[in-house]
Amino acid sequence: MNTEERSLLAARIAADIPEGAYVNLGIGMPTLVANHLADGDKEVILHTENGVLGRWIDAPEGEQDPDLVNAGKVPIKLLPGAAIFHHADSFAMMRGGHLDICVLGAFQVAGNGDLANWHTGDPDAIPAVGGAMDLAIGAKQTFVMMDHVDKDGHPKIVANLTYPPTGLGCVTRVYTNYGTFETCSDGTKVRALFVNPALTREEIVRSTGVEVDFSGLHPAD
Amino acid sequence: MIDKQSNDLAEVISKIKEGDTVAIGGFGGAGSPNMLIDALIKNEAAKNLIIVTNNAGQKEEGIAALLKAGKVKKIVCSYPRMKDSWVFEGLYRKGDIELELVPQGNMAERLRASGAGIGAFFTPTGFGTALAEGKETREIDGVNYVLEYPIRVDVALIKAAAADRYGNLIYRKTARNFGPVMAMAAETTIAEVSEVVEAGKLDPECVVTPGIYVNFFIKV
Repeated sequence: MNTEERSLLAARIAADIPEGAYVNLGIGMPTLVANHLADGDKEVILHTENGVLGRWIDAPEGEQDPDLVNAGKVPIKLLPGAAIFHHADSFAMMRGGHLDICVLGAFQVAGNGDLANWHTGDPDAIPAVGGAMDLAIGAKQTFVMMDHVDKDGHPKIVANLTYPPTGLGCVTRVYTNYGTFETCSDGTKVRALFVNPALTREEIVRSTGVEVDFSGLHPAD
Repeated sequence: MIDKQSNDLAEVISKIKEGDTVAIGGFGGAGSPNMLIDALIKNEAAKNLIIVTNNAGQKEEGIAALLKAGKVKKIVCSYPRMKDSWVFEGLYRKGDIELELVPQGNMAERLRASGAGIGAFFTPTGFGTALAEGKETREIDGVNYVLEYPIRVDVALIKAAAADRYGNLIYRKTARNFGPVMAMAAETTIAEVSEVVEAGKLDPECVVTPGIYVNFFIKV
């Protein structure tokens, strides 16, 4: 995806997040969603694993404080109404099902919602997990934001993960440059909620590792 | 009169003995007790340590300096791979340090459980993943859980914004992170603080770590 496609995708996800939602945006591409959440009068409360609920912006030059960072360790500036808490409370909030939506990047998502996003399986890589496994299973809904296909053109929505799993059956929706898809518990298909009008259904089917159910879309979509 | 303030950094840090498990606060640089870590590096008796900390240090400061000094045999950690974590990476690739990789929320809860007298707990985090391999699991009300045990800690080193003589602590912004649960978990908790205030100056409603969890504090 180029910058403009990423921005469009971020806007599509933001539009599906209702006012009043408590949302965790994962490190990397999902942080772009924040740029679109404040459109209009909508208020969405962000959560960061290192212990903040509220609304914030990247700290402007000169206002950066090493004691105030987000999960990506980027300095932030809080807007009025934030709350700060310790790590066990922060993860209790996730695990306890209090967050409405978590948006994560992924290497692969299986049709049944299994998620792989923490390790490529490369034996030479230094393993690091951070909050990925807690986040995967911690929100009422887990959205994945990713390219529809990998660098070699292979589907990233697959029948079975080939990368090590981060969480099982946890992804509810997948947002890609090809469309928006709901996972299903038996894993045989994903249900299209939106498709990129620049693509044919055949192209989408060919680039998806499980069956795609278009029955929820209007015939003209 | 109770007064948990110490002015003797070397004396306080000598509480850490060979083979101890030491929890060290911080999320990256935020909340990292660098004065205490530097003192620990100078404590010659402290070696073969197990450290419990979220990241594995950056550049050659703080945790990274402690690793470089060869004092750590094992690190319990959620995210040791940052772009400037070359000290850890070098030790790990040579097999000179053991890594126990723990999902971040499990690390926080295992520390909390340790301080709260919980024998073990079932958590959904990590079920079906490589990090739950070999662990006991159970299905409860249709959800799959993994049994996780507390992390026992000999000494916690944390950073706080202010303390009174009773050891009541408040923190500053996201520098709070693991401080409160590490203070609970440890047999001995040592805090470095930016400010020492008269008893009564901290609003009891706003104390984050009550002094019962704190043994010593030192002003930076």
